[in-house]
Amino acid sequence: MRITKQHADDALIGVWSAADQTHKKRSSDSGNGAEDTAGDAGGQKKIAKRGEELKDEMDSLIDEIDEVLEENAEEFVKNYVQRGGE
Amino acid sequence: MPLPKVIGSEVEYGITVQNDRDFDPISNCVLLVNAYEDNQEAQILWDYDQESPLADARGFDVEGEKYTPNQQENIARNKTLKNGARFYVDHAHPEYSTPEVTNVLDLLAYERAGERSLEKARRAASGLLPSGNSILVYKNNSDRKGNSYGNHENYLIDRRTPFKVVVEHMTPFLVTRQIFCGSGKVGSENRASPCDYQISQRSDFFETEVALDTMVKRPIINTRDEPHAEREKYRRLHLIVGDSNLCEVSTYLRVGVTSIVLGMIEDGAFTKNLSITDPVRVIKEVSHDPSCTREYRMERGGRMTAVQVQQEILELASRYFSSREVDPIVKDVLVRWEATLEKLAEDPMQLDREVDWVIKRRLITEYISKRGLDWKHPQVQMLDLQYHDIRPHKGLYFLLERRGAIERIIDDDMIERAIVGPPTDTRAYFRGECIRRYSDSVFGVNWDSISFNLGEEPIKRILMNEPLKGTKAHVEELLDACPTVEELVRNLTS
Repeated sequence: MRITKQHADDALIGVWSAADQTHKKRSSDSGNGAEDTAGDAGGQKKIAKRGEELKDEMDSLIDEIDEVLEENAEEFVKNYVQRGGE
Repeated sequence: MPLPKVIGSEVEYGITVQNDRDFDPISNCVLLVNAYEDNQEAQILWDYDQESPLADARGFDVEGEKYTPNQQENIARNKTLKNGARFYVDHAHPEYSTPEVTNVLDLLAYERAGERSLEKARRAASGLLPSGNSILVYKNNSDRKGNSYGNHENYLIDRRTPFKVVVEHMTPFLVTRQIFCGSGKVGSENRASPCDYQISQRSDFFETEVALDTMVKRPIINTRDEPHAEREKYRRLHLIVGDSNLCEVSTYLRVGVTSIVLGMIEDGAFTKNLSITDPVRVIKEVSHDPSCTREYRMERGGRMTAVQVQQEILELASRYFSSREVDPIVKDVLVRWEATLEKLAEDPMQLDREVDWVIKRRLITEYISKRGLDWKHPQVQMLDLQYHDIRPHKGLYFLLERRGAIERIIDDDMIERAIVGPPTDTRAYFRGECIRRYSDSVFGVNWDSISFNLGEEPIKRILMNEPLKGTKAHVEELLDACPTVEELVRNLTS
């Protein structure tokens, strides 16, 4: 069960990492993947490690966003007014 | 056989100036357009004589005032670039129209070239403002306060195809295609029902099925009948219903699939009635359902989801192409369309590397959960806006792209090449090359003409009614043989 949950988390956060092509593929068939690796302690460890990495990846993304996000968001958004175009 | 699809896009960008309480959009747009270094000496008019924006595809002319600026104002607001594109001021927005291209990969390259050119112009123009002020430009379609600006797609189609048939089949296609090419938006506008997040930036603004307007009472199908080409042969379908996309897959599918569907309609291969009851209501309902599971009433009876409508059109396409030789780009679009629809049916959030509205939704939901915010928080609205910021170091889309979190279709080299040179397989080649080679003598330009100033003689206008003539194969030798514009004009008119 825990591993299945891990897969769900993977699917949620894995998407922002640079090296996640294989991971992405795996998460799309998470049902089978979970069964295959359920009895494999090494695999389980690996997945947990990958989960950690992805969590770190997401944390670093959110931090990076905070670094570039405009200050005074409320004022900024309020002042963004356009005339209709086309 | 359907006509080869000559296509192009027109992107209107949002603009503001940081720390400027008296921000005037028009003067800043003029500054932006003129700050762009392309061929600075050239003083080229946009030739409004060739335009008829009030002609209606249903066969009548509409009363109204056509806009024709004076010569000085014209030059200040219009730049025709050596890649064949037009960079100009449209009302209160900067706009970039790609040159005519023949396939969706080139369309992507030129539209993204536009983003980079806008950024280059933005940096140059900001340098001319008082310190502390900086022009900001957004590739989005709404200010979240009820004002919308467009991304228009143009497709050359066969005039023999009755417009009624185009409307009938394109409407259900356009109402549902947003599921793979919406750019996502926090909240709703224009009296649409409230929501946290929706698929499309534009859908809230569509109020009627078919009309000529683009600025008020916007129609799902715009009827502007201005082919910028041989009127007897061609129609230019001017679609105003789409969002501006940042991610390449969404643009690729939006334009690629639309081209395919139009070809099928021209060829009489759209053989199913997929009309949806009350499309004006449904276009908003589709946008307001990020789960993509809601069902809509069909004219023929029964109910279908937006994904199912697209899958039925895909099935028609598969049947259509099964007995034909398929162009490799078309084949790739078909494969990706199918895979994308499968993921949308299963769980749309799987597309968080590929489709704008999903990418942005994932980004915001992660941010909300990490920072303990809700959808109405100003920081969430800021994320929504800043996703579209064209500055590479500030725009959140570009931040994700840099991290390798976004799937690409084309590479950076292709975009850089598109900034400096025209496509080689349409009349844009002739336009771009004339501007590059004879810029001092180019007097005026429109999509279907270019005119030259030969000093003493009257202005010579060369008509280019065939979008697939004036290609590199047709004219490179001629251009090479004519070091001066006088020789070129003599050769063309003799």
